[in-house]
Amino acid sequence: MRLQEYQSKILFTAYNIPIPNGRIAESASEVRQISEELGGKVVIKAQVLSGGRGKAGGVRMAKTSEEAEEYAHEILTKEINGLNVRKVLVDELVSISKEIYLSISNDRMSQKPILMASSSGGIDIEEVSRNSPDKIVKRVIDPLLGLRDYQLRDIAINIDLDRKYWQDFGEIINSLWSVYVDCDATLVEINPLVITTTDRFSALDAKIILDDNALFRHPNLTDMRDKDAETFSELEGRKIGVTYIQLQGNIGCLVNGAGLAMATMDILKDLGGEAANFLDIGGGAGAKKVENALRLILQDDNVKSILINVFGGITRCDEVARGIIGACKEIQTTIPIIVRLVGTNDEEGLHLLEGTCLIPAKSLLEAARLAVEQAAEASE
Amino acid sequence: MSILIGKDTRLLVQGITGNEGLFHTEQMLAYGTNIVAGVTPGKGGDWVLNGKIPVFDSVQTAVDVTGANASVIFVPARFVGDAIFEAVDAEIPLIVCITEGAPIQDMMRVRQYLSSRNTRLIGPNCPGIISPGKSKVGIIPGNISIPGNIGVISRSGTLTYEVLYALKQNGLGVSTCVGIGGDPVKGLSFADMLELFEADAGTDAVVMIGEIGGTEEELAAIYISANMTKPVIGLIAGIAAPPGKRMGHAGALIEGSMGTAESKIQSLRSVGVKIARYPEEIPGLITFL
Repeated sequence: MRLQEYQSKILFTAYNIPIPNGRIAESASEVRQISEELGGKVVIKAQVLSGGRGKAGGVRMAKTSEEAEEYAHEILTKEINGLNVRKVLVDELVSISKEIYLSISNDRMSQKPILMASSSGGIDIEEVSRNSPDKIVKRVIDPLLGLRDYQLRDIAINIDLDRKYWQDFGEIINSLWSVYVDCDATLVEINPLVITTTDRFSALDAKIILDDNALFRHPNLTDMRDKDAETFSELEGRKIGVTYIQLQGNIGCLVNGAGLAMATMDILKDLGGEAANFLDIGGGAGAKKVENALRLILQDDNVKSILINVFGGITRCDEVARGIIGACKEIQTTIPIIVRLVGTNDEEGLHLLEGTCLIPAKSLLEAARLAVEQAAEASE
Repeated sequence: MSILIGKDTRLLVQGITGNEGLFHTEQMLAYGTNIVAGVTPGKGGDWVLNGKIPVFDSVQTAVDVTGANASVIFVPARFVGDAIFEAVDAEIPLIVCITEGAPIQDMMRVRQYLSSRNTRLIGPNCPGIISPGKSKVGIIPGNISIPGNIGVISRSGTLTYEVLYALKQNGLGVSTCVGIGGDPVKGLSFADMLELFEADAGTDAVVMIGEIGGTEEELAAIYISANMTKPVIGLIAGIAAPPGKRMGHAGALIEGSMGTAESKIQSLRSVGVKIARYPEEIPGLITFL
């Protein structure tokens, strides 16, 4: 789960990581008020869970509160990468002497937390990582021992940080580690962490991503979920207990298991079709869940055919069949639905489908072919 | 022959009295697995399945009394870390963790701990291990594979079943199938399993089922190039997955250009692995030395 910049900054404050003075606003007049309080020179930042906010015009610097109000008005009416800007963060403008990159994330290779730092922080950090990788210092952290004090000095030395900053820098890294551990984050990132012209540290941007598997032990953080960042269907998916991701194609998919769902999408693509969604009903789904899932897929106007692929282990094929039949009775759709059931109670499941308009298939390849054909026919 | 499990396996079930634990214990018993104990703290002294299996309060007690030498874990996600630590401290040589949803940092701590101990961990978030006709530890259905000489390693659940089924439909049998699980931080990897299969006299070819996310398949390619004499066939799920989207498994998040299906397929092909486009294509690609 991703947190907004302003939410991440609130957490940083709780952990004594210095941030610029600033406040969240939802209207241009609020922005004007805040910038008056802050002395007129501010940066207005769209609060959306998307990269490239700056390039999309979602980050503007203002010299006066009139300008601030004007820019805020523009930004608050923007859509950045399909996301509506509903809030902006108004931060005081800070005079920058140095920009540092600092993050703790999960390293897939070592399967441990990894700390990364660079004195070439800022918006070009990815280019730095491509062209001068040695400018980025990387240190794996022992997940049982945590950060050692000597590691803090080691990082400061390797990013050529002046000695007078070591103490404060070390404290910030320690705090960042605490955020990462206490919140069960998969990423905590400050880019840039600046040293101002008055020799203070300030985290100008803050990015936190939380481990979804650990949200159960952080109810207060779960409450921070940004419902605007997901499509209606994805939210609905979570409500009914399935993983639903909206895609661009016209063949609806309903599968049990993430790997199998991806493989199903792959076959469709291989045969010249394109999935309209990814939908994993998980293990042991009952008729009701299957019915809800099918209804969710049918809400997508792009869908011209549907492929249901269930390999029943703990999931029972007769339950799945009941769910499909239940949904079709309710919705009365003319969209062709191809059903492929194998595994536990598959005979019973297929038997239940006899006499309905549902199209049975035995092999995954055959089912995928039918789905692609039906979608192509319907599109003509 | 089989790897990891066999007739010497004396299995204990952590979380035996829960819904999942009880259901799958019954399935495993019916398949022929030698289950000697269950552990549910607070239920020690009980018996399950009509007096077939004794339940203990702790893993250590269960081991002391029954000589259990393997554990399968069905406890809820929030307890997975603790359950693994308990089994490791009781010096159980093989732990298979089925549970999905274990917090990543819990698993990081577990992995760090394992690096100084002698326990092998499979999973979490995996369907377990099956040696057809002999024994199974986990939830892989018993009737979709037949005994044979093909090793199977997979990061997936139901996609694994699909592959086992395709092999069976073509009269091809399996020596051992190991589901290593879909999580980004977990126990043994593809390379670890390939090593075991290379050394197993009963295995003549290996099928690898991978997916987007992480660099495990790429690391497997390095192992194959240096050490593998037996043929390997691969299936990588997620070719059609757009980048930046989470597709169910915590492990299947694409990061930049690393971890894409293309990069995995490319690495594996470059070391001689044949790549199938879908499960039903795999049987046709299998050859033996």
